[in-house]
Amino acid sequence: MATDVITAGAGAPALEGLAGVSADLAADKQAFPVPWGKLMMWIFLLSDTFIFSCFLTGYMNVRISTTAAWPNVSKVFSLAVGQTEVPLLLIAIMTMVLITSSGTMAMAVNFGYRRNRSVTTSLMLITAGLGACFVGMQAFEWSKLILIEGVRPWGSHLGAPQFGAVFFMVTGFHGLHVSAGVVYLCVIAMRVWNGFYDRKGTYETVEVVGLYWHFVDLVWVFIFALFYLW
Amino acid sequence: MDHTAVKDHAHAEGTQHPVAIYLWIWLLLFVVSSFSYMVDYFHVQGVLRWTLILIFMIVKAGFIVMIFMHMAWERLALKFAILLPPLALLVLIALMAIEGNYTFLTRLASFVH
Repeated sequence: MATDVITAGAGAPALEGLAGVSADLAADKQAFPVPWGKLMMWIFLLSDTFIFSCFLTGYMNVRISTTAAWPNVSKVFSLAVGQTEVPLLLIAIMTMVLITSSGTMAMAVNFGYRRNRSVTTSLMLITAGLGACFVGMQAFEWSKLILIEGVRPWGSHLGAPQFGAVFFMVTGFHGLHVSAGVVYLCVIAMRVWNGFYDRKGTYETVEVVGLYWHFVDLVWVFIFALFYLW
Repeated sequence: MDHTAVKDHAHAEGTQHPVAIYLWIWLLLFVVSSFSYMVDYFHVQGVLRWTLILIFMIVKAGFIVMIFMHMAWERLALKFAILLPPLALLVLIALMAIEGNYTFLTRLASFVH
């Protein structure tokens, strides 16, 4: 385990537990012994957590307060396989695709630290491909809802008018995050491939992209549970 | 000197975990996701449904943050800095739930009569 934690810079042994917290925060040194980019990504993700939490809390509020019946989400997002309607099938597939992409991303970070250029690049491109696949399925889901079901941000015949507003805002914002992540992954994958991080001497940027990508998956976990399953 | 120490730390941290741990967590995420899908597929309703959904959600979120995002191996100070602030959201959620119920009852009172 990480027992060789960086110390105060003076070579003193690092304290653990609560004493470690106060030493890290109070000592005249860098408080968080992690690469700067990684710390800033964590802080960005923390702020993004608040954005998505506000959306989901707003969703909870309108769903509690509406007097119209909430649409049967399980039925709205069902897919026909042959003759039978399988509930939430598309959403289940999207969930599995995103989890798979998180797995390939975690492996990419691992191979990055082993300085394996080709495997890291291919794993990152696979991750980006799965992300693009997710966005494609979301586009399909949106067009089905807009064109066939006639759902609009201000109402639909399915039930409560708030359904459309919440759906387009929450999944739209998440979809934008996934799309941005695909671009981000491709840029960093290209840099891994042409040896930029070998020259820089560290592959920590791959871990930073990984943090962003896992966060996108994490947000989907909450949307899946609270919007699609609730 | 500090800077190289940070680099060595990050480098060592990355190589410490064998690929197997990621594959296991990946598999577990698949299993837990299918469990939560089953909740809907088998039409589990009421309090049991909400409890199961929330439990599976928290388990999945925990795996992703702790293992995939490496939070389990970070210093406690960083864990506190990132994981404690979102707890303030519980207050917001409670307030908005109260507010939502109030709005609902007001609407009922003015629409029905």
